[in-house]
Amino acid sequence: MVDTSATRSPPLDQGETCIAEPGIPLQFPWVFGPFLPELRLRRLSTILTWTAVALAGAFAFGRLALSRGETINAAWLLTAALCTYAVGYRFYSRFITARLFALDDRHPTPAHRLSDGRDYVPTNKWIVFGHHFAAIAGPGPLVGPTLAAQFGYLPGALWIIIGVVLGGAVQDLVILCASLRRDGKSLGQMAAEEIGPVAGIIALVAILGIMVILISVLGLVIVNALKASPWGVVTIGLTIPIALIMGIYLRYIRPHRVLEASAIGIVLLVVALFVGQWVAHNSAVAPMFTLSSTTLAFSVMAYGFIASVTPVWLLLAPRDYLSAFVKIGVVVALALGLLLVLPPLQMPALTTFASVGTGPVFAGKLFPFAFITIACGAISGFHALIASGTTPKLIDKETDARMIGYGAMLTESLVAVMALIAACLLTPGIYFAINSPASAIGTTVQSAAHAVSSWGFSITPDQLSLLAHQVGEQSLLSRTGGAPSLAVGMAQLFSNIIGGDTAKALWYHFAIMFEALFILTTLDAGTRVGRFILQDLGQRIWAPLGRVSWYPAVVIASALFVLMWGHFLYWGVRDPLGGVNSLWPLFGIANQLLAAIALCVGTTIIINQGKARYAFLTFVPLAWLVVVTATAGYQKIMSPSPKLGFLAHASTLQQAITTGVFPPGVADASIAAKLMWNDRLDAGITAFFLIAVIAILVASIARWTRGIRDGARNEAHA
Amino acid sequence: MTIASILSRIVGAPDYDAYLAHLRECHPEQTPLSKEEFVRQRLEERYNTPGNRCC
Repeated sequence: MVDTSATRSPPLDQGETCIAEPGIPLQFPWVFGPFLPELRLRRLSTILTWTAVALAGAFAFGRLALSRGETINAAWLLTAALCTYAVGYRFYSRFITARLFALDDRHPTPAHRLSDGRDYVPTNKWIVFGHHFAAIAGPGPLVGPTLAAQFGYLPGALWIIIGVVLGGAVQDLVILCASLRRDGKSLGQMAAEEIGPVAGIIALVAILGIMVILISVLGLVIVNALKASPWGVVTIGLTIPIALIMGIYLRYIRPHRVLEASAIGIVLLVVALFVGQWVAHNSAVAPMFTLSSTTLAFSVMAYGFIASVTPVWLLLAPRDYLSAFVKIGVVVALALGLLLVLPPLQMPALTTFASVGTGPVFAGKLFPFAFITIACGAISGFHALIASGTTPKLIDKETDARMIGYGAMLTESLVAVMALIAACLLTPGIYFAINSPASAIGTTVQSAAHAVSSWGFSITPDQLSLLAHQVGEQSLLSRTGGAPSLAVGMAQLFSNIIGGDTAKALWYHFAIMFEALFILTTLDAGTRVGRFILQDLGQRIWAPLGRVSWYPAVVIASALFVLMWGHFLYWGVRDPLGGVNSLWPLFGIANQLLAAIALCVGTTIIINQGKARYAFLTFVPLAWLVVVTATAGYQKIMSPSPKLGFLAHASTLQQAITTGVFPPGVADASIAAKLMWNDRLDAGITAFFLIAVIAILVASIARWTRGIRDGARNEAHA
Repeated sequence: MTIASILSRIVGAPDYDAYLAHLRECHPEQTPLSKEEFVRQRLEERYNTPGNRCC
């Protein structure tokens, strides 16, 4: 929609009263001096304060890294994280906004220039911060760190904290500022304009690919949390009618009273928690809700399909409100809980799986797989879509971008650190019993205790049974995917504060409910967006397919998209190695591919602006991501170990078919053939992602050399 | 600004007041959409594009 207001003078030109960021001098000349000729030293007290913060952080890091053979308190990890974030925000982010973009409040933002009362609305920076944070933080930062805890707490902690300050938050901020200076353009548009049309197409296909993998792996997390758990199934199932009630309330009873409807929703969620408990304890009804993994997988697919074809006001929107409130509430509660309890970390700093690569949670060594497993929280390409989507159109003043782009990502990183702590406060034996697939630990508490103890994490069958009983489940074994072990960690933490052991079951199911709530919110909104992308592509073949209100097109596109992710979900459930082992690395590679695209766009924009000397800001994280994704992708395809390499796994299945001796979890030749086909599909998708990274890198480098040459010529003329 | 409006903007609920204010200021000659119609359109647009929800 073209708005005529763009031609008028900006409505809120602040003129003389404006405070421009570049005017504020920076400290630490020995770090930033080479780039800041006009730098002046300010008050000694500021320098001393920041030196103290930096030293506290460094000391906490030292404690984390050097502790051996004794448990270390989570307070050290939190201190290291918070001090690093503070220093990164104060110095690095300011360096980027002041020197690279020279953000200046005298430039009217798109929200003012293109103000339309709809997408472009100048909004208070704290509201935009909250909105942006609620949009970027999903289940990713909870699941990734939990899975990576199999290497010990140290690798995950270092990557989350250092990765975010130098990588993830930089990416979000650079893309946000770039979009802010380009009328709120999307990542795909910027890729096409700054790098070339090929980059734009790769970005679009990458977005579709990442969504298929993301939704299937999130579906798998839900299935593993709810299988054979009547309490969980009833509680999560009830969140759907709760959303419907809220939708009807918001439309017919008290229109648009979002806060009222959400309050009702939250009360009903608590009721659902107790209904679930009642069902689980009632032997007449409990079996009706004790569902197998495959039944649950089909239920999740049916839900995704229905959510995609029903009107948004009825299901998606109310669910989204509810999930945003619950998300912010639980993040705050988790932070308070950790601060009150300050639990010791039971997990060692480094486990042997880091160097051997035979970890049961997912295969592969620390390098590169720790950096693939933890995407969200350290660096997440998906954020670039949001930083170039809704957010830049809301920003009131240019300098707000720093807190929103860099600050919100630091907050997400803190969520990831908290998830890591929650996983590491569990006894390692329990962590591995929950997160290892049945093929590694068997299906009884005896076999699981034996297997996990043989890895050096001693645990008894009784301890496993007792914990399952305490959290109100029949079994916690092989509930892979991260959500259940995080829920056990949160239950331990919260029951320490309120309720003691008797409340553990309620806290556990509360945590499962909250994780499932926002996994399903990503799943249903994602399915709908996937449907729109498919309809958009489909109309190039046959125009009516693009009509968003023509029911046959809506149904066909929705069904097709659900089939795409449903395929991966179903075979993930059937996978004898546990689908997380293959799907989560695929998701990580896809997400890092998107981050690589975003950083290529960022680097190109910096060079095209004639600021090639600052290109290291995005180039260094880009180079790291390319090395990591290329190594991980190559190993996932080519590794001779069947647990790690897709093709090696396919050939062991081929052998099984010829010899007639099938590995555990594979019933017969037809299943083996399908699994084999699926392995090859996974290998193909990984190869596609790798080729996409290389293609966009080559296109970008061509653009960079031209940009640098032009820059040099301009300087020679001047 | 009330707490209710701050919270509902954070969760991304359609902001009819901002829309009315914008029309009053920039396009006083236009007849604004009804609240129902505005909310319906905004919600449709919100869930049609990537860029409002993440992993």
